[in-house]
Amino acid sequence: MSGLSDHWAGLSPVAQQFWIAVLKVAVIFNVLLGLFSFMTYAERRLLAFMQFRLGPNRTGPFGVLQPIADGIKLFFKEEVIPEGANRWVFVAAPAVAVVAAFLSIAVVPYGGPGLFQIADLEVGILYLFAISSLGVYAIVMAGWAANNKFTMLGGLRSAAQMFSYELALGLSWVGLIMLAGSFRIQDIVTAQKGGLGLLNWFCVVQFPAFIVYLIAATAEVNRTPFDLPEAETELVAGFHTEYSSMRFALLQMAEYVNMITVAAVGTSLFLGGWLSPLPLLPDSPLWFFVKFGLLLFFFIWLRGTLPRFRYDQLMHFGWKVLVPVATLWILVTAGLVTAGVPGFRR
Amino acid sequence: MELFEAILFYVFAGLSLLSAVVMVAQRNPLYSAFALLVTICSLSAIFGLLGSPFIAALQIVVYAGAIMVLFLFVLMLLRVGREEPEPGRQRVLKTVAIGLGALLLAQLGAVIAGIRPQVARGFDASTRSMARVLFSPQYVYVFEATSILIVGALVGAVVLARKEP
Amino acid sequence: MSPDRIVQSALLLSLALFVVGVVGVFLRRNVITVFMCVELMLNAVNLSFVAFSRALGTLDAQVLVFFVLTVAAAEAAVGLAIIIAIHRHRDTLDLDAFNLMKW
Repeated sequence: MSGLSDHWAGLSPVAQQFWIAVLKVAVIFNVLLGLFSFMTYAERRLLAFMQFRLGPNRTGPFGVLQPIADGIKLFFKEEVIPEGANRWVFVAAPAVAVVAAFLSIAVVPYGGPGLFQIADLEVGILYLFAISSLGVYAIVMAGWAANNKFTMLGGLRSAAQMFSYELALGLSWVGLIMLAGSFRIQDIVTAQKGGLGLLNWFCVVQFPAFIVYLIAATAEVNRTPFDLPEAETELVAGFHTEYSSMRFALLQMAEYVNMITVAAVGTSLFLGGWLSPLPLLPDSPLWFFVKFGLLLFFFIWLRGTLPRFRYDQLMHFGWKVLVPVATLWILVTAGLVTAGVPGFRR
Repeated sequence: MELFEAILFYVFAGLSLLSAVVMVAQRNPLYSAFALLVTICSLSAIFGLLGSPFIAALQIVVYAGAIMVLFLFVLMLLRVGREEPEPGRQRVLKTVAIGLGALLLAQLGAVIAGIRPQVARGFDASTRSMARVLFSPQYVYVFEATSILIVGALVGAVVLARKEP
Repeated sequence: MSPDRIVQSALLLSLALFVVGVVGVFLRRNVITVFMCVELMLNAVNLSFVAFSRALGTLDAQVLVFFVLTVAAAEAAVGLAIIIAIHRHRDTLDLDAFNLMKW
């Protein structure tokens, strides 16, 4: 052990920085993988309870080993690439999906500046926006490459949906940027600090933006009530109809990691990240995980509660309700900031 | 740190050039589009390495997130196939094109290889200072004019692509 | 490796990308590929803008990049709309087939 610490002290500062970054990435990557498999279990169990069923409860105590069993099963399944599919694009699509899903978590802070974040980018919000727009490629590629009507329709639908709701998603962030005066996510979290605890959070100060964010984020990660891309009743399974075995598992992983990312981003931007809800309690990364867990539960809850939208309703809602509301709220926020209303200070 | 950045720079430079060549050499437009996407992403990394995070992010948001998706959409909707080679004419054109390209490369390359840029110290391209310049009286009217341009393009695109009633 | 060398390499890269784009416009006959070559040229020009901005230490060139991006987005929307309209009439994307001023 002492040999290791001597070796560490002998490294140049650049090398130390490099290894710290590698370590952070490795830890967060593995935590995400673990969280993904746990989410598949938690979602099935919770949905089952909401529907008066039991859900998977046979593998291990309370069925917690179910994700491992699923993983082993998918690993040993036969890999099928359909006749007439574009092989390269078909194989690349799940990889693109997973990479795009994992990239955005890099700028989310779990705690104060320093160790609890992979990269504290100066353009953090723009980075999030950029990476979320890359997710569309995976779906379009998957839908097109399989050479199947249903996947093609699912892919096109999904791309159109993600386009439309990405706009609302981006607009919902503008108010926060105006109030925090920075694109840096850490700055946006600390801007929510104040004497009133949770009343200072942007989910209160920027309530309409928060609602727009929740709706747009749900649509962005293709979850119920916006899971039209994989509407089983009309499109078999949408863009991933033709996928099997591990590639299917990768696409599923991308979906869940996207949901995790959206919840983590929402926690940081609107729920005060690692700040404590009451003024007396100390701030700590623990708070982040509590709020994050609540948001994840919220997404599962939504799935258990709401029926699916129709496609035209979805488009109308996105363009004729969500975008105007978000734009209007930006105007209101700008006006309040300029007028210097308390709570809307710079 | 400098060495590290230099290595990254040359890796991304090589990647962008390679994918640009693939894009032009490729007969299947869909693969061309993916190659261009790789070029765009590596260029974004290069912008970041040159100390311009704002432009790097915009590059991905606008080019990769909007423009290239549009290209892919059109390619997939129109079911574009491979470009079939056309023997005689194509060979002449190829020689001429590569010759002209080499000429251009030699001319401008000689100019650029001749200059010795002295990089200014204390370069600050943070979003804040970008906004200072963009919203200064010199550029703010141009900035507003681009919004008119975009609305015009939007209406134009809808009118052009609409089916005749 | 000094920043001066990196800026110069960036300028050379920008030139190389631009030339690849020009050659592509000559070589390819699919109108969408040609369009993408034009986008590549715009990207190359953006790179030279950013490199010059780094060398001069001012941000005006970066503002120009911003405008180039905006114009590129508008151009792509209108251009692709025109391509769709032409494809509807001629059922091909071969540039050599578009040799009539009206249809």
